[in-house]
Amino acid sequence: MRFSSYQTDGFYDEMFEADGHPRPHVRLLVEIIESLSDGALLRYKHAAERLLLQMGITFNVYGDSAGAERIFPFDLVPRIIPAAEWSVIEAGLQQRIHALNAFIDDIYHEQKILKDGIIPSEVILSAVSYRKQCQGLNPPWRVWCHITGTDLVRDRDGRYYVLEDNLRVPSGVSYVLENREVLKRIFPGVFEGLSVRPVNEYPSRLLEMLESLAPDGAAEPRVVVLTPGIYNSAYFEHSFLAQQMGVQLVEGRDLVVSGGEVFMRTTKGLERVDVIYRRVDDDFLDPEAFRADSLLGVPGLLAAYRAGRVALANAPGNGVADDKVVYAYVPEMIKYYEGRDPILPNVPTYLCWRDQDRAYVLDHLAELVVKTANESGGYGMLVGPHSTASERTEFAGRIRANPRNYIAQPTLALSRAPTVVDDHFEGRHVDLRPYVLCGKEIYVLPGGLTRVAMRKGSLVVNSSQGGGSKDTWVLAPGQTQSQSQSQSQS
Amino acid sequence: MNAAPKRPLLSRVADAVYWMARYIERAENVARFIDVNHNLMLDLPRGSSDQWQPIVDITGDRAIFQERGGAATQENVVRFLAFEPEYPNSIYSCIVAARENARSVRETISSEMWEQINSMYLLVTAQTRKGLPEVLPEFCRQIRMACHLFHGIAQDTMSHNEAWYFLQLGRRLERADKTSRMLDVKYFILLPSVTDVGTPYDEVQWTALLKSVTGFEMYRKKFGRISPDKIAEFLLLDGEFPRAVRYSLVLADEALHAITGTSRGYFSCQSEQRLGLLRSELDYAQVEAILGGGLHEFLDSLQTKMNAIDECIREDFFAQHAAPARAGA
Repeated sequence: MRFSSYQTDGFYDEMFEADGHPRPHVRLLVEIIESLSDGALLRYKHAAERLLLQMGITFNVYGDSAGAERIFPFDLVPRIIPAAEWSVIEAGLQQRIHALNAFIDDIYHEQKILKDGIIPSEVILSAVSYRKQCQGLNPPWRVWCHITGTDLVRDRDGRYYVLEDNLRVPSGVSYVLENREVLKRIFPGVFEGLSVRPVNEYPSRLLEMLESLAPDGAAEPRVVVLTPGIYNSAYFEHSFLAQQMGVQLVEGRDLVVSGGEVFMRTTKGLERVDVIYRRVDDDFLDPEAFRADSLLGVPGLLAAYRAGRVALANAPGNGVADDKVVYAYVPEMIKYYEGRDPILPNVPTYLCWRDQDRAYVLDHLAELVVKTANESGGYGMLVGPHSTASERTEFAGRIRANPRNYIAQPTLALSRAPTVVDDHFEGRHVDLRPYVLCGKEIYVLPGGLTRVAMRKGSLVVNSSQGGGSKDTWVLAPGQTQSQSQSQSQS
Repeated sequence: MNAAPKRPLLSRVADAVYWMARYIERAENVARFIDVNHNLMLDLPRGSSDQWQPIVDITGDRAIFQERGGAATQENVVRFLAFEPEYPNSIYSCIVAARENARSVRETISSEMWEQINSMYLLVTAQTRKGLPEVLPEFCRQIRMACHLFHGIAQDTMSHNEAWYFLQLGRRLERADKTSRMLDVKYFILLPSVTDVGTPYDEVQWTALLKSVTGFEMYRKKFGRISPDKIAEFLLLDGEFPRAVRYSLVLADEALHAITGTSRGYFSCQSEQRLGLLRSELDYAQVEAILGGGLHEFLDSLQTKMNAIDECIREDFFAQHAAPARAGA
């Protein structure tokens, strides 16, 4: 398969310059792919899909009654990020997560940023994800976002923007690790020529960070992963992470709070739990504190957490900074808490609760992307240029009825990357989700999930909406130029 | 008493592992039922009609089959026992349930075990979509081999820890139950006429029964001549043959003691007490007495006792929470 007929169509392409030449850091990859015999890439692709199916690496689709397990579509052509580009992303994410933690801690304590008028109080206190139950809580090191999966996109100019912060229970990191395994198994030659930074230290880093949160006095802290269960769309990831860290995967019904401490039910009786990496939303965490009808949660968990008897990651209540209206204020937060300009810019955002913004949005629905403030996964959004008149009318009605709940952004010309379609390459829009761990220090996994909108022209990359993924290679410093000589992976 | 293990086992996980093993063993045995019956029918004298009702009867699920309203033809029975998604003990349902359980404990079992269960699932779902297998014995063989492979993989890739012993416990109890039901098939199956008892035709059936539990060769070595009472003794009371009821219960008992840490000959919970009693009963049983009281009646009471043991295991180890994914029973 060759790239000779590949078109960039005026979009920023991750591999090719506008004039059709490969960018310097992908030259070797292009060379290797073009040197494969006819049909080899397709054979690799089928081998990869078989492997994923055999390994049972699947996700569940809500509302699909036909058994609903699918493999996450996987494109063989990796996305490569040169070291210099990555170092900017890394610094930008560290800065952003640091500011977000400061913000959340401020909101649940003195609320200085509100008192100083940087952000209007009503924006925060009206956020669905603001939890008054968390007021005054002091998580270790005042960290509220332990695991983050920030969504980045590039516009036509190739610049990276932060699209969403995903602070609550971000998923997808297991695909980063599994994609790499698959690519190494079926495509080993490519790794030999490039110095690709490994991603497989993630589970150890995660475990280390989680153990560091243990309440005082836990000599050998017991960490568990809390999952909603096998019907959750990210169940594979929950069990994968538990397995990789060598810790237990528990469901709410496995845990019980007794005497203010959290225990798990074992065949030999109750055993204490110190740290919970919870993959259950705030609402379902504890029926005594949040939604009373939750069957997934553990009664009394929040009280144990509040008393410092157990650690929760991510911290309940951190979603207040994940609201899409609050997102619009992150650049101000960075200036306020860090005293610096943001390294990674936001996508310009119109807030429909502001009269002027709303008027503009209602006038320009056909050009904008409208999002619900508190939804994720590509649900509840309108992509203006791809919408019908009746969809726009419906959204206009919803915006007028509840302006606080909607934001709008210009439709970005997301960057594209060559993707195998049938027997040739076509450009498909991509985003990038790097993963950040934050305990005492902030660690950015050198890699990430590149999500691909597999449908031609589509801008929606979410797996629930038919998106796929690519392995993402971050090159080690000093390796930004491709060299044809062999060099083994460091 | 032993110090608490470093990694205690969640009750839910123990439950799921135990049922995963039971379902895999159940799937294997249903495949064996179908295979042996198919084989038997091929040996029937010309002119006599096929008998597929008996293998429905030995599963104990005759009523469920009848509700579906079909005649007990080969096609209907095979579809029901092998591929019916609505019937919780079909091969299909067992493998789906085993996989659901495995999925919920993926971090406890080895990845290789999971991949093997997953490939069994892909095998059986592909066949279910295609319809009835063209060569029935080949399909049954594939299921059998896939189950063997699973146990081999488990043996060599999973630590022989508490969870592993729950796997053994489930597998051995299920096997003891199914071998006892297999032996009971002769109670349900009708010979072409009463005068055929003790004829070569009768011998063909007993031989097929032994073959269905892969016991023919081992039986021959031990007893030589085919004789019904020796076969009953072999399948019920043998202490060396891996599918014999007594042998299976001995291993189940060992697994249970490994789980609780109680010394052999003692018991610390209901399940240990009941299983120990049943095991001793078989240790000292004589086949003549069993046959004298009626083999079918003996097997029936054996199955009732094993069900009670299962109840006790649930009470002793899993009861603290709601049940996991479970297809039937």
